[in-house]
Amino acid sequence: MKGTLGRLARIFLTYSVKMITVLLAVSALSFALVSQSPVDPVQQYILGFGTAISPAQRAQIEDYWGVNKPPVERYLHWLSELLQGNLGESLLYRRPVADIIGERFLNSLGLMLCAWILAGVIGFTLGCVMGMYRDHWPDKLLRRMCYSLSSIPTFWLGLMFLLMFAVWLRWFPIGFSSPVGLLDEEVTIGQKLYHLILPAFTLSLASFANIALHTRQKLADVLNSEYVLFARARGEGQWTILRRHGLRNILLPAITLQFASFAELFGGSVLAENVFSYPGLGSAVSAAGLNSDVPLLLGVTLFSTLFVCVGNMTANLLYGIIDPQIREVGA
Amino acid sequence: MRSLNRRKKLLLLTVGMGVVFFGIYGLGILIPEEWVAGSFLSARQPPSLAHPFGTDALGRDLLLRTLKGLSVSTTVGLIASGVSAVIALLVGIAAATGSRWMDGAISWLIDLVMGVPHTILIILISFAMGRGLKGLLVGIAATHWCSLARLIRGEVLQLRSQQYVAVSRKLGKSSGWILIYHLLPHLLPQFFVGLVLMFPHAILHEAAISFLGFGLPPEQPAIGIILSESMGYLSAGLWWPAVLPGLTLVLLVLLVDNLGEQLQSLFDPSSAQE
Repeated sequence: MKGTLGRLARIFLTYSVKMITVLLAVSALSFALVSQSPVDPVQQYILGFGTAISPAQRAQIEDYWGVNKPPVERYLHWLSELLQGNLGESLLYRRPVADIIGERFLNSLGLMLCAWILAGVIGFTLGCVMGMYRDHWPDKLLRRMCYSLSSIPTFWLGLMFLLMFAVWLRWFPIGFSSPVGLLDEEVTIGQKLYHLILPAFTLSLASFANIALHTRQKLADVLNSEYVLFARARGEGQWTILRRHGLRNILLPAITLQFASFAELFGGSVLAENVFSYPGLGSAVSAAGLNSDVPLLLGVTLFSTLFVCVGNMTANLLYGIIDPQIREVGA
Repeated sequence: MRSLNRRKKLLLLTVGMGVVFFGIYGLGILIPEEWVAGSFLSARQPPSLAHPFGTDALGRDLLLRTLKGLSVSTTVGLIASGVSAVIALLVGIAAATGSRWMDGAISWLIDLVMGVPHTILIILISFAMGRGLKGLLVGIAATHWCSLARLIRGEVLQLRSQQYVAVSRKLGKSSGWILIYHLLPHLLPQFFVGLVLMFPHAILHEAAISFLGFGLPPEQPAIGIILSESMGYLSAGLWWPAVLPGLTLVLLVLLVDNLGEQLQSLFDPSSAQE
């Protein structure tokens, strides 16, 4: 057991170093990209006031912001503030970026968590069914469905659900995370969940195909193995084999794969949140981009990278626990 | 049909699909801009014989707009995935044939690009380029090469350990000669299949980014823009601007996806004679 812990610590350390370099590189890269933009941040800031200001005042703002300093100096300044937890102030919402991210991430997290669990459960179940009926009609049908689903754009799927379930059938609300006209404190968990169902379902449909196909492959490998042949010879039924030999071997790799899919999850949530007008990080980042809100755009980019890295790190650690081959390489 | 074996049938099917695909593409390009401009008198009409896809809020015929939009999306997808596949080929070869240091640096770079969600990265790049077509192309090209690059790296590593490469080296051939005469012929099928399989992703990303408002300008008839406009009329019960163009996009993507799979099984020696 001590060996396992040591190995995990080593994976954790190596990956942490990698994560820090990646985060630093992303911060530099995104900063460079944003400063390349033809959009003038000062102009955007002034536009937000809604009144005209004199050139002298403008020069004062430019001076205060350090617009005319060299980019490297600006980047280092931004980075040092960033490390102290100051992400700047959003031009769009006129509030600290860190507050906005914290608040919106809670909404996004609810959405992504529901979709993530839903995608995992649906994908794993379908994968098991496909693996059990390999090359028979349920497998062929489901496999076709999985391949087709990955050709359907998430946002269009969302639009179709909106049309069907919200406009025609009126089962679900048309958008937002809570009923219109209620204060935040008055909204119940039930109402929030009710508003969450449609976007979460859309997001999960966009991502379960991957896990289903992976599980199918793994289960097929297990079923072809000699220990399963022996189990069959002993007279175990299909479902007993699945329970005793299949699930143990395929459940953890599937969970690992789910953790490694955080990037797609986040990318999909940007689209789903925009279709359903859901007030999460995804709709914040597209609003930030469209309204040239540079601090918010940079903040969300870094945050999403951190989110993906945490997912990948978890996946790596899980790999370290379960995969004997990696275990030997690590030792 | 007995005279045709499976490979020939598959070949015919592939060619047929290619013809359909390029037919749609050509049709979209050939439709003149003036046809798309409609009149307010015929605004918001449900699908009919005159307008099979109905008309939008400005009275434009949606079938024509969709076809035109598909050809724009296809062009963007073709260029972006072409550039991306070339990047993947170069990076993959560099990672496999260069020093260990280079391999590590490229693997780190891939981790970097995969670490930022693609949608966010494309938004950033598009923002940096002042939105529009250029930002979209660069964004999609910059994000799609990673998995193909990994695949090609693996392939090159495997090829390099083959005996004929070792023999060739002993015979005094240079690395460049081996690359061109021994490695590239093996890599090209991988490259083309990877390109065709990347292409649907590129189109989907193009549609998604245009839908969010970062891609093509709103007067362009891109699918993402038609769909994002349709969102405003959804609650009023105008279903056709959302359903029909989107469905056409899905069918096109499915077509290309199938095309890629068939090319793969035609090129792959282990399944080519099935």
